[in-house]
Amino acid sequence: MSITKPSWLPPVATLGPLIALLLAVIFFATQSDRFLSVQNFSLILQQVMVVGLIAIGQTLIILTAGIDLACGAVMALGGIVMTKLAVDSGMNAYLAIVCGLLVCMAFGLVNGLLVTRIRLPSFIVTLGTLNIAFAFTQLYSGAQTITGLPPAMTFFGNTFRLGNAEINYGSLLMLALYLFMWWGLRETQPGRHVYAVGNNPEATRLTGIATDRVLLGVYVTAGLFYGIASLLSVARTGVGDPNAGQTENLSAITAVVLGGTSLFGGRGMILGSLLGALIVGVFRNGLTLMGVASVYQVLITGILVILAVTTDQLSHKGAH
Amino acid sequence: MDTPNQTPALVMEARGLVKRYGQVTALDGSDFELRAGEIMAVIGDNGAGKSSLIKALSGATIPDEGEIRLDGKVIHFKSPIDARREGIETVYQDLAVAPAMTIAENLFMGREIIKTGWLSQLLRVVDKKQMLEQSIARMNELKVGIRSMTQAVETLSGGQRQCVAVARSAAFARHVVILDEPTAALGVKEGNMVLELIRRVRDKGLPVILISHNMPHVFEVADRIHVARLGKRAALLNPKKISMSDTVAVMTGAMSPQDIPAECLAH
Repeated sequence: MSITKPSWLPPVATLGPLIALLLAVIFFATQSDRFLSVQNFSLILQQVMVVGLIAIGQTLIILTAGIDLACGAVMALGGIVMTKLAVDSGMNAYLAIVCGLLVCMAFGLVNGLLVTRIRLPSFIVTLGTLNIAFAFTQLYSGAQTITGLPPAMTFFGNTFRLGNAEINYGSLLMLALYLFMWWGLRETQPGRHVYAVGNNPEATRLTGIATDRVLLGVYVTAGLFYGIASLLSVARTGVGDPNAGQTENLSAITAVVLGGTSLFGGRGMILGSLLGALIVGVFRNGLTLMGVASVYQVLITGILVILAVTTDQLSHKGAH
Repeated sequence: MDTPNQTPALVMEARGLVKRYGQVTALDGSDFELRAGEIMAVIGDNGAGKSSLIKALSGATIPDEGEIRLDGKVIHFKSPIDARREGIETVYQDLAVAPAMTIAENLFMGREIIKTGWLSQLLRVVDKKQMLEQSIARMNELKVGIRSMTQAVETLSGGQRQCVAVARSAAFARHVVILDEPTAALGVKEGNMVLELIRRVRDKGLPVILISHNMPHVFEVADRIHVARLGKRAALLNPKKISMSDTVAVMTGAMSPQDIPAECLAH
């Protein structure tokens, strides 16, 4: 038997993002003495929870070699649906939340059906649904922010103290969902089929796996995660914001790509996306503490994405 | 067929298969037969109806006319999945494996073993340990010399990858293994490794249908050769008697099937 790497060690692909995150932390620690504190880290965690949750759904789709440009827009719609139903229509808060989740899943279903039945590229499909979701959000809300939310909707924005850290329930939920999905993708049959479909769809189909069902499941599940993200976004801001999700849309894709998931599908680890979201969060937070104008944060995020995609492309070429 | 009790039983048989695509007749009354424990090579020029025949046998297309029998029973495949259910496994050229996944995962793709226990069954938790152990056992049985089943398929050479694909089909087939150009694009050593494996699959008792353009490979392993030409079976040849150049002549139409010496025909 040859000596192989123990399976509990993360693959090299996840070490890259981890090292990048550590380097960023060290860099900002030398630039600002407020950066390296428990309070600041719990703040970063709160800031990334929405992007982090969207990135779970986005990772699933990118693992199947697709992409979802509508993720942030669908999240915004979900937030508006749940808040408006609860505040303006007087619906029970929990029922309103379920309705919001269902709307996000319905968008996932539409995306998935167009991708599997009509064989449209996910890029084009979600470019369309991005605009549709945005328009629905504006029309339904009348472009007005919805305030006066019932407490059940803001629960995940509440914090509890743990020593010096102020941790909110939303970021705990995000971490728990990451762990669950990490396990699910590794250890369950549907999870392995997601990787197989992304890796070689034709070979997967010929082994008898219903690849269209796998894809449809991925898009609907991604919708569910956008729905949960909208609940967290609503909880964190305390309002239903029709303009939510606009930065999160691309930040989530950035997080996934930075986390080492290949845009060619079938390769990557979902915990990488969490690291990717944290990298984005650390850069935003660190640059703000350094007093760098926010336009430079956008600039640096753009450079990071191109670096990550270049690495993906080069390693992909190396594999063939 | 003078001594029927010595001839192994027919596992698969097709009579008068016809397949038309618009104006083009891909199969024009083609016959086919496969005996237990043999390697039947299928050769033919491009457009001879070779791939249409294989598609019909593997369930990838539905023939317009004719019948296919498996163990004497008439069957109607509507998809490759139907054929698989009947124990016919096909290895498609270039489409066999998921490169980033491990060998064990590739062997069990679509047939993952699920852990016992209601929660594991509900969440469909795969039993990686079982699958790994069975992979090792099956690869050892076929003497495929790959050291670790947990390495990604993309770390293997082309020949080893093909061996994984062939071993997968052999491990799960109950009736027939169909191999579409398994040695294409392989070097001499790698090609021989795959041929060696194909022989072992036959010796395990599984009949093999081998589609190949590579005449030396066909002559090395085939027990009989089915020559497809103009949508029909032009001849059934005995590779131990006929020369390679005569075989090519029959295949291309330079030699009429009537001119083949009787001892070169397979029965």
